[in-house]
Amino acid sequence: MSAHDHDHDHGSELSEMQLRVRALETILTEKGYVDPAALDAIVETYETKIGPRNGARVVAKAWTDPAFKRALLGDASKAIGTLGHVSRVGDHLIAVENTPQRHNMVVCTLCSCYPWEMLGLPPIWYKAAPYRSRAVKDPRGVLADFGVALPKETEIRVWDSTAETRFLVLPMRPPGTEGWSEEQLADIVTRDSMIGTGLPKVQP
Amino acid sequence: MNGVHDMGGMDGFGRVEVEANEPPFHHSWEGRVMAMSRAIGANGGVNIDAQRFSRESLPPPVYLASSYYKKWFLALQQLMIGRGMIGADEVAAGRALRTSPPLQRGTFSLKDVARVTVRGSFHRDVSTSPAFKPGDKVRAKNINPVTHTRLPRYVRGHVGTVERINGSHVFPDSAAHGNAENPQWLYTVVFSGRELWGADADPTLKVSVEAFEPYLDPA
Repeated sequence: MSAHDHDHDHGSELSEMQLRVRALETILTEKGYVDPAALDAIVETYETKIGPRNGARVVAKAWTDPAFKRALLGDASKAIGTLGHVSRVGDHLIAVENTPQRHNMVVCTLCSCYPWEMLGLPPIWYKAAPYRSRAVKDPRGVLADFGVALPKETEIRVWDSTAETRFLVLPMRPPGTEGWSEEQLADIVTRDSMIGTGLPKVQP
Repeated sequence: MNGVHDMGGMDGFGRVEVEANEPPFHHSWEGRVMAMSRAIGANGGVNIDAQRFSRESLPPPVYLASSYYKKWFLALQQLMIGRGMIGADEVAAGRALRTSPPLQRGTFSLKDVARVTVRGSFHRDVSTSPAFKPGDKVRAKNINPVTHTRLPRYVRGHVGTVERINGSHVFPDSAAHGNAENPQWLYTVVFSGRELWGADADPTLKVSVEAFEPYLDPA
């Protein structure tokens, strides 16, 4: 964990948190509830193995393989399960497709539900009050915070993740990417484009 | 419960601030809190719904002022004390002072890690058929339980349309409180922006929630 251990940069509250968390972990370990090595492995998995690259590969595949795209929009968990090279994915994943007529955006107003297996851990903004409060009422204002402006007639569909279903936005494939490989396409699929707060970024 | 966690539609929190190249954790303790919460949940200590309710139950000033993983930490510790799994005296001492019964699935160890990095299934079979079908008009009930619920305030009393049936799932309102899983049909219900926010709302806005059948009346 040392790469991310920069608690010394911050104030006393964080040192206090470090002590309190260490105390709880000691108790849970001494009680026999957890093995600290297993906790290390969970942390390492989310630091190094599971991130938005998983979702980007799924999107790139859907852009290049119409049969896979149909399967993905029909049952995302099942379709992704057929791709050996992407992270294992649990149940209840729903892929929603952006079109010229409709833009999808995902939020969890009640907590922070997010498709971890596809995108990794959610960023702070996704879990914080400004996004959770405004996404369902003023999504165009939220998109403006991200520098995204959509045509005024485009329908904005916000999916509030209030249960154990999870949502992955399938963004539109940008023009000028004809003939690109899946690998090249995956490189332009940003995390935010799969949440619906951004668009794929074609590098000049 | 009508807590401060139920944020949909609130004003005044300001613009969304994005941190460029954000790391998964900002402090090593955050990763430990995430991992402990997952581990205790996975091995039968306290389920995800109970953990969510514990976070919602933090006093509003604490909820609003605490970082994300600090909320997780406070909620996990409080919940485990409340369930008698650890003692407040042990927290104060920073070590175990007595033995406790093992978790239902035993010590969370390396063999369990793969299981928590893939979501479990919340599907449970039920003997009933779904009461609604896609296209049906439904009204979200006006319910205000002081216990856990996943029906956000901003849709209560409003009329929407069933768009999808997502199967029958564990009912969080029951499972959060140590009751049976009480599975219920789950629907995607979509509302127009104007139905939710009035005549001034963006006419192109549609918002859906994932709503369990007990949240809905025919409309």
